[in-house]
Amino acid sequence: MKQSNIGKFGIFGGRHVPETLIPALDELDYNYQKLKKNKQFQKELTYLLQNYAGRPTPLYFAKNLTKYLKGPKIFLKREDLLHSGAHKINNTIGQGLLAYKMGKKRIIAETGAGQHGVATAMASAIFGLETVIYMGAKDVGRQQSNVFRMNLLNAKVHPVTSGSMTLKDSVNEALRDWITNVETTHYLIGTVMGPHPFPTMVRDFQSIIGREIKEQITQETGSLPDSIIACIGGGSNAIGTFFPFINDNKVRLYGVEAGGKGVNSKHHAATLSRGRIGILHGMKSYFLQDEYGQIKEAHSISAGLDYPGVGPEHAYLRDNKRVSYSVVTDDEAIRAYLLLSKLEGIIPALESSHAIAYLVKNSKKFSEDNIVVVTISGRGDKDLQIVKERLEETGSFKESNKTGVEKKAISDA
Amino acid sequence: MPETERNKVSMLFEKLSKKGEKALICYVVGCYPDIETSKEIVSTLIDSGADIIEIGIPFSDPMADGPIIQAASLKALARGITPSTCFRFVNEMKKKYSNTPFLFMTYSNIVFSNNLRNFLTAAKKNQVDGFIIPDLNIEESQEYVGIARQLGLATIFLSAPNTAKKRLVEIASISSGFVYMVSIFGTTGSRSKFEKYTFDAVSKTKEITNRHKIPLAVGFGISNPKDGRNMIKSGADGIIVGSSLLKLILENENDKEKMLFYLGSFIKELKGVCR
Repeated sequence: MKQSNIGKFGIFGGRHVPETLIPALDELDYNYQKLKKNKQFQKELTYLLQNYAGRPTPLYFAKNLTKYLKGPKIFLKREDLLHSGAHKINNTIGQGLLAYKMGKKRIIAETGAGQHGVATAMASAIFGLETVIYMGAKDVGRQQSNVFRMNLLNAKVHPVTSGSMTLKDSVNEALRDWITNVETTHYLIGTVMGPHPFPTMVRDFQSIIGREIKEQITQETGSLPDSIIACIGGGSNAIGTFFPFINDNKVRLYGVEAGGKGVNSKHHAATLSRGRIGILHGMKSYFLQDEYGQIKEAHSISAGLDYPGVGPEHAYLRDNKRVSYSVVTDDEAIRAYLLLSKLEGIIPALESSHAIAYLVKNSKKFSEDNIVVVTISGRGDKDLQIVKERLEETGSFKESNKTGVEKKAISDA
Repeated sequence: MPETERNKVSMLFEKLSKKGEKALICYVVGCYPDIETSKEIVSTLIDSGADIIEIGIPFSDPMADGPIIQAASLKALARGITPSTCFRFVNEMKKKYSNTPFLFMTYSNIVFSNNLRNFLTAAKKNQVDGFIIPDLNIEESQEYVGIARQLGLATIFLSAPNTAKKRLVEIASISSGFVYMVSIFGTTGSRSKFEKYTFDAVSKTKEITNRHKIPLAVGFGISNPKDGRNMIKSGADGIIVGSSLLKLILENENDKEKMLFYLGSFIKELKGVCR
């Protein structure tokens, strides 16, 4: 038996799953390759992305942030303006349409805070597919409004009580469901992780972000950007942003991981910075794990980055140095959340705030005539409560939380 | 059969086949509920008729396992069980049961994330006879099979009810010891009843394993002698039980004597249909 190159990014990726799933992965790969080139499929996908999800999303020149940082010219890719409020829907519509064309009757998905669950439920609603969302019992408790939202959208939410009761356990449980119901069900994975063909397929569906950026920035400025920044959990908005620029070697690419309470604490999600190569959830990549190979829990204030692994293509791009990966802490992300809200009137998701925070922290690295694009992967309304609580804890919100009116704006902590 | 493949597992199947017997393979979570009790459990299983012992090295994310094995694995981890504890466990057990093959069943990350060669070498040194890795597919197995062959460890690959014939051929030719057919669409744990597709798959798989002169064992969800008999009737050379043993262990955690008694009588019944 020759070592296979199926779905490999260097040494990463591949397929590492119970044998029961192999036929399903083969079937998915075959159909995806076929439909990818099918004009009718592309036409339907484009229609839905434009008229349901709201593409293309704008590229906005952030004049005030640019002025404030006295640094490079900053453009924001506004994925936060999509239906559902985040980039996740680019992928769920793509996979939903694919599952529908394959004749699948049932969709399952994992979700952390509920964003991918909501986007999946929306796509399933379009195609009339039965939907079960696996969500860690802890997350169900923390994210009641998203659970209700999924219920409204006709999806069942299944609380996962195994293991650490968070995102990684939801993935395990979804895989177990898929093993059991493999013939009727499509597992709609929410990021560029999992066994082949998921990392490639999800990247393709998300690459519309980078393709639009390329067109828009060229129109606006006449050239490609000098740098592009995106946040990374599993890595789907980042790979979607970066991929169309991978061969444009002059464009520097920056991926920002969640540093939680600091990478030297036990509470972070800095997989690429602090993880070790391993195998989980169908792929070889970097994972947070102990010396014996037991997977650790990740931590980030942003639920979307709270995953102890990362997509295998990012592992590859880290090792070949095409993308620079670094870390931003919870506190830095919150300051960026407040700053962008105040300066631009845009409340970014806490995930996306990590990308902004990286720019704020490193603005001196970029010269004034540089053009920098930051992907705002989602909107921050979902994080209001978390941020408010954090500000109350740290005391920076005392004045305004009493009545909520007529107080001076919150200082950027 | 090449010399390197004549490991203890293959030899055991040959011996049983001469007697017209089928193999009873028993899975337990390593060192669960604790090392001493686990030793007594495994002794009871072997004394009552188990032919091969599978030791599960607990993993934090056992995606092929149902709730019973998940729960036991997490408890074992919380009690500080590591791969080294399981190595030492086998080494100890082998002092008394040198003729019984011991296999490790665990997930890829445990075996691969800490230097594959060192891990397999340590296993061999502690008298482990082979490995079952449910999330290791043949495409990703080249290095592992190479090292295991050198060391004389059995490489038991899994097949499923929906595995295509062409792939079954590849699985049969890369496996040594036996081929492990997963009986159902699902995770480990008992089913109330098996459907026709399971028995059809056993017969289909058996045709191919026969051609490759490698035994076929069937597992996942076997919870009584009748299930075992049906698997054997369809062509299985061995049956594998795990969750139903763990259920007895979990239910009787507070009464060891009762636990061992139930396990013993259950194994005797199961071995009964293997003869």
